[in-house]
Amino acid sequence: MDKISDLFKREIWSDSALAENIVKRIENLSEKLKNKVNIMEVCGTHTMSIAESGIRSILPGSVNLISGPGCPVCVTSSGDIDRILSIASKKDVIIASFGDMLKVKGSRGKNLHDIRISGGDVRVVYSPFDALKIAKENKDKNVVFIAVGFETTAPLIAAVVKAAKIEKVNNFFITPLFKLVPPALKFLLDSKIARIDAFILPGHVSAIIGYKPYEFLINKYKIPCAVAGFEPIDILRGINLILEQIVYDKPRLDVEYSRVVKENGNEIALKLMSEVFDLDDANWRAIGVIQGSGYKLAAEYKNFDAFEKFEVSYKKSAEPKGCLCGAVLLGISRPIDCKHFAKTCTPTDAIGPCMVSSEGACAAWYKYGIKR
Amino acid sequence: MCLAVPGKIIDIKDKNAIVDFGGSKREVSTILTPSAKLNDYVLVHAGFSIQILMPEDAKETIKLFEDIYGQNK
Repeated sequence: MDKISDLFKREIWSDSALAENIVKRIENLSEKLKNKVNIMEVCGTHTMSIAESGIRSILPGSVNLISGPGCPVCVTSSGDIDRILSIASKKDVIIASFGDMLKVKGSRGKNLHDIRISGGDVRVVYSPFDALKIAKENKDKNVVFIAVGFETTAPLIAAVVKAAKIEKVNNFFITPLFKLVPPALKFLLDSKIARIDAFILPGHVSAIIGYKPYEFLINKYKIPCAVAGFEPIDILRGINLILEQIVYDKPRLDVEYSRVVKENGNEIALKLMSEVFDLDDANWRAIGVIQGSGYKLAAEYKNFDAFEKFEVSYKKSAEPKGCLCGAVLLGISRPIDCKHFAKTCTPTDAIGPCMVSSEGACAAWYKYGIKR
Repeated sequence: MCLAVPGKIIDIKDKNAIVDFGGSKREVSTILTPSAKLNDYVLVHAGFSIQILMPEDAKETIKLFEDIYGQNK
């Protein structure tokens, strides 16, 4: 590598000679393992990258990767999808959303895409700022941005809500359905639902929150972990670091993604989030309520809350019949354990959200034909 | 949905930058990284730069690369 700028080129991070080298190290370490280990990749973007690069197939049999609850579309509960659909069906409403949310179905089998077909105004946006722009251009309509996402996305939406307040845009609303990663990790470990021996921690959530919020994983749970980037080399290095921790029984918080992740994250983003949002309990699909794992709008920004504006309260609703999405999100089941997988549930006609979202574990296994 | 891509700032005005992602260019808000300047590498998520990629931190990674390459080559 000649220049630092080379470090930001993708080719470097998928170099096969380098990958082989790390895999060799992983193989050597795996021979020293006493038991098979379950390493959970928490983030949906990792799930997709692992599937795309075929990493699972080159790992030794004793190193098992399991997916976690890190796909924002997948963890949005069926009851919350119903609330979104109820708002989308109202007169004079424009829905602005990231594309992934359009296909996920509510409890009655309908989604935002169906509402668009039957004449509703549902638009896909790339940035939450695009949603605010739509609101400014359509003053006679109420524009609702479907705000789902983890800590990576929440500060962007906070910035847009703040801009809406400053510019006095009073026809712009959001559905605050954010989810936070550290409380979910704590839940997974406390509940002991799945056997998790280590975590590959999300790189871009950590770009915002830093690595300090994960210290409890070592101090309290002594669970090996590494914050990793998303290129194949990043993920392999993350696995290598985790195996070192397991083999030498020295759990620590490794940061593989140091070119992006700093101890305290992005302090401007964090400050903005604490101004616009207050911590709140959040409802996760298949899990239920996890205390302090989401955000609501702070008192000063309450009038941007779409659920309050349209008075749609949360009603618990059933998950699709026979769908194992919940168990997949918790790391208990693999996509191929579901009787619907690749038969009655495919990306074009999906039953559960893990097959709908491009970052869902089922969609990843389907797309790349993963067998184990 | 946490997908973010690194790119280089090739133009910047106020809170908006033009970022070059290996040939394709896009306008990006720098509201979350106000200290970003021309020629900086930034990580972009949904139209916002969310982190400035620092050469100093990258050096550590380069060293790791060299270590890995060095051992088996």
